[in-house]
Amino acid sequence: MAPAAAPALGIVRHKVSSEDWIMRGILGAIALYLLVAIVLPLYALLSKGFQDKDGNFTGLDNFTEFFTTPALSQSVANSLTISSISTVIVVSLAFVYAYALTRSCMAFKSLFKGIALIPILMPSLLPAISLIFMFGKQGFLTFMLFGNEIYGPIGIVMGEVIYIFPHVLMIILISMSMSDGRLYEASQSLGAGPVRTFFTVTLPSIRYGLVSAGFVAFTLIITDFGVPKVVGGQYNVLATDVYKQVIGRQDFEMGAVVSMVLLVPAVIAFAADRIIQRKQVAILTARAVPYAPTPSPRFDAIMTAYCALVGIVIVGILSVAMFASLVKFWPYNLSLTLANYDFSLRDGGGWDSYFNSVKMASWTAVIGTCVIFTGAYLVEKSKGFLAGRAAMQFLVMMPMAVPGLSLGLAYIFFFNHPGNPLNFLYHTLPILVICTITHFYTVSHLTAITALKQIDNEFESVSASLKVPFYKTFWRVTVPICVPAILDISMYLFVNAMTTVSAVVFLYSPDTALASVAVLNMDDAGEQASAAAMGIMIVLTAGGARLLHAVLTRGLARRTQAWRKR
Amino acid sequence: MTGKDAYLKVENLTKMFGDFTALEDISLEVFEGEFVCFLGPSGCGKTTLLRAIAGLDIQTHGRVEQAGKDISGLPPLERDFGIVFQSYALFPNLTVHQNVAYGLVSRKTSKPEIDARVAELLESVGLVDQEDKYPAQLSGGQQQRVALSRALATKPGLLLLDEPLSALDAKVRIRLRHEIKALQHQLGVTTIMVTHDQEEALTMADRIVVINEGVIEQVGTPQDIYSRPVNPFVADFIGTMNFLSGVAGNQAQVRLGDIELTTNNCPDGIQKDDPITVCIRPEDIATRGVTPDTENAVPTVIETLEFLGSFYRASLAVQDAGETTIRADFSINLVRDLDIKEGQEFTVALPSDHIRVYGEIFVHADDLI
Repeated sequence: MAPAAAPALGIVRHKVSSEDWIMRGILGAIALYLLVAIVLPLYALLSKGFQDKDGNFTGLDNFTEFFTTPALSQSVANSLTISSISTVIVVSLAFVYAYALTRSCMAFKSLFKGIALIPILMPSLLPAISLIFMFGKQGFLTFMLFGNEIYGPIGIVMGEVIYIFPHVLMIILISMSMSDGRLYEASQSLGAGPVRTFFTVTLPSIRYGLVSAGFVAFTLIITDFGVPKVVGGQYNVLATDVYKQVIGRQDFEMGAVVSMVLLVPAVIAFAADRIIQRKQVAILTARAVPYAPTPSPRFDAIMTAYCALVGIVIVGILSVAMFASLVKFWPYNLSLTLANYDFSLRDGGGWDSYFNSVKMASWTAVIGTCVIFTGAYLVEKSKGFLAGRAAMQFLVMMPMAVPGLSLGLAYIFFFNHPGNPLNFLYHTLPILVICTITHFYTVSHLTAITALKQIDNEFESVSASLKVPFYKTFWRVTVPICVPAILDISMYLFVNAMTTVSAVVFLYSPDTALASVAVLNMDDAGEQASAAAMGIMIVLTAGGARLLHAVLTRGLARRTQAWRKR
Repeated sequence: MTGKDAYLKVENLTKMFGDFTALEDISLEVFEGEFVCFLGPSGCGKTTLLRAIAGLDIQTHGRVEQAGKDISGLPPLERDFGIVFQSYALFPNLTVHQNVAYGLVSRKTSKPEIDARVAELLESVGLVDQEDKYPAQLSGGQQQRVALSRALATKPGLLLLDEPLSALDAKVRIRLRHEIKALQHQLGVTTIMVTHDQEEALTMADRIVVINEGVIEQVGTPQDIYSRPVNPFVADFIGTMNFLSGVAGNQAQVRLGDIELTTNNCPDGIQKDDPITVCIRPEDIATRGVTPDTENAVPTVIETLEFLGSFYRASLAVQDAGETTIRADFSINLVRDLDIKEGQEFTVALPSDHIRVYGEIFVHADDLI
């Protein structure tokens, strides 16, 4: 064709349909939510670190003060020490446990898996309180410490290991269950013994999982506040320092500085974990065959014994807390009573705080799931609007890198600012819901994305060709298919909203006291039995939610098995 | 072309993905009721072209016109087409009935009308008794038919099929080819199908559009494309072809080494002694009653005889043309009657009508492996 005859090469202008506008509108609204719920508060926090009490810019003065005050800078060393030690211990323990669950033929695997997940249902304060009942001044196991005190690094490490164990175990379990069984067959057929196979096949295939577990453990421990708050004693760590500066001394600027220091390891660990996860993907091919262990009586017996030991410790922690909450006066008067459950006589807001927690957790689960799933759907399935979707992808990852304490403090600075039009939210239940949804946004979002990725990308194209608007297909097809993931997300949000302390501890008011905070306050007031009782209420509620989730999931699987085969 | 107006017109369409040009200056017309196949190797841009026509991935430059209306920049929702994907994209949580009725429900059609339409469609694809099953309970071929019914339910003006058969077993695939073609013929719906399977294109299409590396190589009927490929790429991509390098001689003459051949298909603009490629299909090589005096007779030695069931494919060494080998199809009868064996001398003829000459050197893809 002659060049002259060719029409001018104008770029085709896409007509943006009303559907596209709806998609962009919703996506924009969710992005705006994240902007208000994470970006702006974080900015308020960061800028506070460079100001004095009157709001004047002071450069690095606060940081200089922090690092030249031995009492404060010592916390950095303390935090790093206990986090490193706890990480090594918990990753080793969880690794063997996961090895037993995936590579042995021992009995009761699902029971052991269930037991290992119990600590997820607890606020981190509870295992620490239990430790005091066991190893404290009147503990029945104190002799095992050989004269050392439970208050301090020993107690923190023990508490953190128990509290973090299920999180680490889950990560290692996933990476172990992805191992290719054929590599083991190849190794055996080439004459390698079990030891050589372990070092040449097992370890290399899960090394990313292990490293990732290590980072997650380290971050969770260094940012955890419940355990050191209860058993830390005089041993200061960063997380308790933030609390002390803000609640104890009302020094918000120094609180901001400490929580920014706390942000550093969290962000590093987060970044490292993302890089590792990207590498992990490439290991397993679609053609891999799952590994099936062969029975070996001796090995299986050793593994059973090990899991039983770990299981006893976890069940023991829970049982001690439960028992202590049900007796008159531990350890002197062991006659049973429900007096400790009469929270009206104690600090912390009484039974109201429990019902507030249930209310807050329910709202978090319902609203959070709707917002997060819809957002994930639009990020994954909408067309065009690349800039908006890229921005969204960045925004949704941010909450993961921000420790709860830093988030809570950031909310004080942002929402309590007199000039903020959203100021009315401060000290209300909605702000607790917003904060909690934001705090646990990333994991929920990733769960939704994983589920959505398994859905045929052409559903939207087909429905457009049939002139059916996308929201109808979303409601009639996408949501029903994703119900299992939606249940997972709401369960995750509910349980975490019930147990979390770190972010909400700065945000509650006398009217919106929460159960987990009540545990903290009753423990502070020396009413450990009542603190344990409230902790048990949280465990029972979270456990009930999990049970309900299991029943729903199973019922759903039965009802939909006609179309969910393969 | 013909007197009819085109139903679908694509004009100077270009699609860029960043710096990569997936389609370059594509112009094309599809007539009402026609069955057109986009045929090409994977990654050639044929699916990109289909998606541009559907509005799923709108082109960077160029116009698309359907039924006289410019639809270049319209979103898919505002276009008039039905589509079947390779994966079928059936909604797994809806029954066959609900899937087929999906597009009807939102059109304010009454329930009895919907039921009647669904029944009619399922009748025509032979799935009446499967209405209440879920897609996962059907075989691949049945799922394919459901997807087709769903796409046709709203009576679209244009049916788009994106590799609709490639996820199926060979036998089912052949049966469905006929079913789809028959259904299309009966409904008279203008249809575009994307495929990389030449046999599929040859058996189903009214016209084939051969695409390679983002440009159209040839448009024509299956017979056209097969017997008169315009360039070595098309010749190679469709069917089996011998590629022999030679030089142009006087007028209608070409030379392969010491052998002189006459041809009726020498393109214009080729000068004497220009390097050329001579092509002939194995089944076009004459084997019976060939004497040294026959036109274009070539003495050869049979190197190998490969048994392919209904015929033999022979590799023939042509000493007089350097180390060239020619593939020729020998019927079972021929081999039996003449007691043909490997290593035997055998003279064949390359009929001048069937020789095609291209003025470029072509390296056969298999030779590069």
